[in-house]
Amino acid sequence: MADQVAGDVMMRGVGDNAPVPEFDNPAWVTPKPLSECTVAIVTSAALHRSSDEGFQPGDTEYRLLPADARDLVLGHWSPNFDRTGIAIDLNVVFPIDRLEELAANGTIGAVAPRHASFAGNQPDDVATIRLDSGPRAAAELKADGVDVVLLTPV
Amino acid sequence: MCTLAHVFEAAGIATVTLVATRSVAERMKPPRGLYGEFPLGRPLGRPSDPEFQHDVLARAFALLDADGPVLEDHPDVIEAEEVPLSCSLPPRFDPDLPPAVDEANGLRKAYDRSLERRGFSSVGRVIDADTVPKVLATLHDIAEGADWKSVELPGKNTTALCHDIRTYYEEAALELADGLAPDGRAAEAWYFEQTEAGRTVLAARAAIKDQGGPHPAWFYMAPGHR
Repeated sequence: MADQVAGDVMMRGVGDNAPVPEFDNPAWVTPKPLSECTVAIVTSAALHRSSDEGFQPGDTEYRLLPADARDLVLGHWSPNFDRTGIAIDLNVVFPIDRLEELAANGTIGAVAPRHASFAGNQPDDVATIRLDSGPRAAAELKADGVDVVLLTPV
Repeated sequence: MCTLAHVFEAAGIATVTLVATRSVAERMKPPRGLYGEFPLGRPLGRPSDPEFQHDVLARAFALLDADGPVLEDHPDVIEAEEVPLSCSLPPRFDPDLPPAVDEANGLRKAYDRSLERRGFSSVGRVIDADTVPKVLATLHDIAEGADWKSVELPGKNTTALCHDIRTYYEEAALELADGLAPDGRAAEAWYFEQTEAGRTVLAARAAIKDQGGPHPAWFYMAPGHR
């Protein structure tokens, strides 16, 4: 449709005007060399295993995804982005096979045993993921020995 | 995503954020960000293109060498072309059925092939594939003037119902379409511009709005720009 604004342009415009939380004195971690790091993926695509409970609208919790899971369903509630990419290739959102390849060739130290998934469509103040579910997920990955997290947005 | 970057960094884990909306990252300042002007929903850029995905990852992980906050751009831009996917639709089979119901029935074999090949489906938030035609019949009735509050809508959640119907169509379409992976919004354009189901969803959406239905009940039945 030539007479309508492109969907991605519209959605990025929404982001331009969205209020965002402020982080004073943000933390900074200097990592070990990448070849010694255990790497996990944290995504906001609301991925969950097909057999597991899906995400509800406004869901502030997370799901932990075992590194060998490939039956991942996209549970995000917004209709405003492409879903066929991930239907064709999980790695376009959750690059787990690419991480396995990087571990095999020594670029990264190891792939984490578990990865984390949140829903991108959060309440505006993001208070729960900031103060509760986010820190809990981080602690779980930390306990798994994760040094570096790659965040992938949807 | 930027919030989680700060949260994980505060927990002692170094983070690299793939950024989908640059203006948000500029304001939220995740420790290390790589902006990719790629179709939304495809943060690694291209499905089934390991070389491109590795390029994105290499540029992202290179930011771990930075001494302080950094936001860089991936040099490639990939637009989500909204040119409808080239995908044939089943011919009219039962003229007594609403067109979308007939069409959905005709796509069932393609959907089943997808399910068999992948082993799972993203259809199922509130209805399964068996129920897709029935809900399309109900949306057809709403579009024709039925009171949306009086008809039976499984789960009473139009967003979830429309997700399941659209996903049923998109999973079937990926079995039917020829060639390379479709552009970012090609399947969406096909669904809303060329299928009877897409037209029915848009018509029902307009009808619910006209009947005074609350914004969340109709708005999220389709992408905002449609």
